[in-house]
Amino acid sequence: MPLDKEQVRQLRRMKEKHPMPEQDPKERIKNFDEVPFGYDAETAVKEATRCLQCKKAECVEGCPVEVDIPAFIKLIAEKKFDEGIKKLKEKNNLPAVCGRVCPQEAQCEAFCIRGKRAEPVAIGRLERFLADYELEKGVETPPRPKSTGKRVAIVGSGPAGLTAAGDLARMGHEVVLFEAFHATGGVLRYGIPEFRLPKEKVLQREVDYIASLGVEIRTNVVVGKTITVDELFEEGFQAVFIGSGAGLPQFQGIPGENLNGVYSANEFLTRTNLMKAYLFPDWDTPIKLGKKVAVVGAGNVAMDSARTALRLGAEEVHIVYRRSDKEMPARAEEIEHAKEEGVIFNLLTNPVKIFGDDDGWVKGMECIKMELGEPDESGRARPIPIEGSEYVFDVETVVIAIGNSPNPLIPQTTSGLELGWKNTIKTDEEGATSRKGIFAGGDIVTGAATVILAMGAGKKAARAMDRYLQTL
Amino acid sequence: MFKIVTKKVLSEVNKLMEVEAPLVARKAEPGQFIILRVHENGERIPLTIADSDKEKGTITIIYQEVGKTTKELGTLEAGDHLCDFVGPLGKAMELPSASGRVVAVGGGVGIAPVYPKVKALHNAGMEVISIIGAQTADLLILEDEMRAVSKELHVCTDDGTKGHHGFVTDVLKNILEEKGKEIDEIVAVGPLPMMQAVSNLTKSYDVKTLVSLNPIMVDGTGMCGCCRVTVGGETKFSCVDGPVFDAHQVDFEELTRRSHTYLEEEKIALENFEQERISGGGN
Repeated sequence: MPLDKEQVRQLRRMKEKHPMPEQDPKERIKNFDEVPFGYDAETAVKEATRCLQCKKAECVEGCPVEVDIPAFIKLIAEKKFDEGIKKLKEKNNLPAVCGRVCPQEAQCEAFCIRGKRAEPVAIGRLERFLADYELEKGVETPPRPKSTGKRVAIVGSGPAGLTAAGDLARMGHEVVLFEAFHATGGVLRYGIPEFRLPKEKVLQREVDYIASLGVEIRTNVVVGKTITVDELFEEGFQAVFIGSGAGLPQFQGIPGENLNGVYSANEFLTRTNLMKAYLFPDWDTPIKLGKKVAVVGAGNVAMDSARTALRLGAEEVHIVYRRSDKEMPARAEEIEHAKEEGVIFNLLTNPVKIFGDDDGWVKGMECIKMELGEPDESGRARPIPIEGSEYVFDVETVVIAIGNSPNPLIPQTTSGLELGWKNTIKTDEEGATSRKGIFAGGDIVTGAATVILAMGAGKKAARAMDRYLQTL
Repeated sequence: MFKIVTKKVLSEVNKLMEVEAPLVARKAEPGQFIILRVHENGERIPLTIADSDKEKGTITIIYQEVGKTTKELGTLEAGDHLCDFVGPLGKAMELPSASGRVVAVGGGVGIAPVYPKVKALHNAGMEVISIIGAQTADLLILEDEMRAVSKELHVCTDDGTKGHHGFVTDVLKNILEEKGKEIDEIVAVGPLPMMQAVSNLTKSYDVKTLVSLNPIMVDGTGMCGCCRVTVGGETKFSCVDGPVFDAHQVDFEELTRRSHTYLEEEKIALENFEQERISGGGN
């Protein structure tokens, strides 16, 4: 039944997004299943009807991969889901991923006109709905264009690499995607937990879709070690895209960081997500956790670590962050979910030392209270230690989630690449590096950022690479 | 999938496998390692490259069956396949200058990673004195291979069943006493207590000593920091900064402690595995 005029009028006036049902916090901390269930068709249609179909749709400007948002929402409102997903996929190769992990509140939804007086349209939830609808039904592969005969190598199968690979394949180029790990997805696989992005049900199927576009995937190849970028050219690749990510964990450099029981967030999450340590001993990789866990940092990776620790059986999980709640870089929904699940937030607090017992296992952490001063170069208020406010709290596991730098393997082994801060690769707006034929995008260029920004960079670079390949 | 081309049983617990991995073989250099997984649910374990053949496109690994994964690996035969095999990882060992005199020390399965280094030195025209040791004669590996590339080979066993009755450090001490000044460099690979003992000994003679570390790893590309080790007061990642380090700078106590992180879990995994084997597997 189509909605009648009165229903439409009411929905257009509705101030709040339609809520998305999710697992009860008390239950979900005992499992790794996905937290939100997603909209059903009826709710999706209703939520889509909240969209005012602006002529000059500002939401699109907030989307790094330029999805025609009003168009796909209109198709949902008209219950034309098959056409909707096609529209979405014209621009976005990974909609089921984006619908789940994008910080929509800072992107498309931040620009939504409805958000000025009420809640914006739930663009992310609608995107997820269409993507899940298609996964459920069976993913359609668009017809392959005629081959251009040009060969392209993509380094890294994370969000930037997958996007560039998919786009270049759709342009008719022969694409080979290299991945260092035994499984594809990069941070989507090793970093983002199962309860936020299911691996088999969602990620693997998005990767399968990219492969179905004609992309050849080669895992277990560490570019920079197994083969260098220069050798890729020798082997006949005519252009290379580097999307090797920010895989170098930062530590604070405080005493005690090498004690047993201190993990980088990368290790903690990789063991759990990629290696499935939560299924030990059915899976071989273990992880070891005390009853009380402290996670240092307040970005998405920190929230993921804290919520993972709860699910691994920790009794008490603390976020320790040196600034206040306003500066926390995590997505709003992640912070909300972490709070609902019982994660304790110790804000304006900074660790200064980690203590160990006689066997070298973590038993406590000394912290100092902080206050906020003037904004620093990042634009955020600078945290200043309050002298004499040091205190010790008992903790058995510490996860350091204060950020990642670009992995230096490729910058160090590729000749003639101009590098920037902390081994980032310098590129122009479209991803072209200082070396002809080499393009880069994602965290390797920007330093650790978001999935969608990496995808946006992959998309831009794919266009620039296509133009470059046509000149050869 | 990576095919096991040959398998040799070197001793009751030490096995050799030659694995088809042409891309890895093309690049492999002494000192580097690979990471493998036996099956889909398997863990990633690092193993030093014992030999490589660019023409055949193969990498040789030698391992000691200690835990679940190595025991499971031991059940595979030539013709079987490994699920994953990636490398070469880590830095290649820098060869000492051609004029230098080198003593190479290998303990237990550590003789395997020492061998390609001695072979490389031998091929570069250098004379190497080698000391190899094991708990007992039956566990001694690569004796003939080591002899073929060494100027002198000393054999030790803890129980005296072959060669010198005692530790490799006893023999090393004698050599240092005799010709300490002529020796420019020592390369030692073996169990952590052995490498620490060698390091302590050579420190007092002030002879440069390199060790190859084998800490717990996950990715092997510098991404997780699991393999961090304090070297000269700084945290290094063994997988990308090593695995070869100046022994006198390595914090062996920390390294030993960190290597014990999962003792309990390793025991559980092994017990489950043995039980399954007894009951004929769950398949």
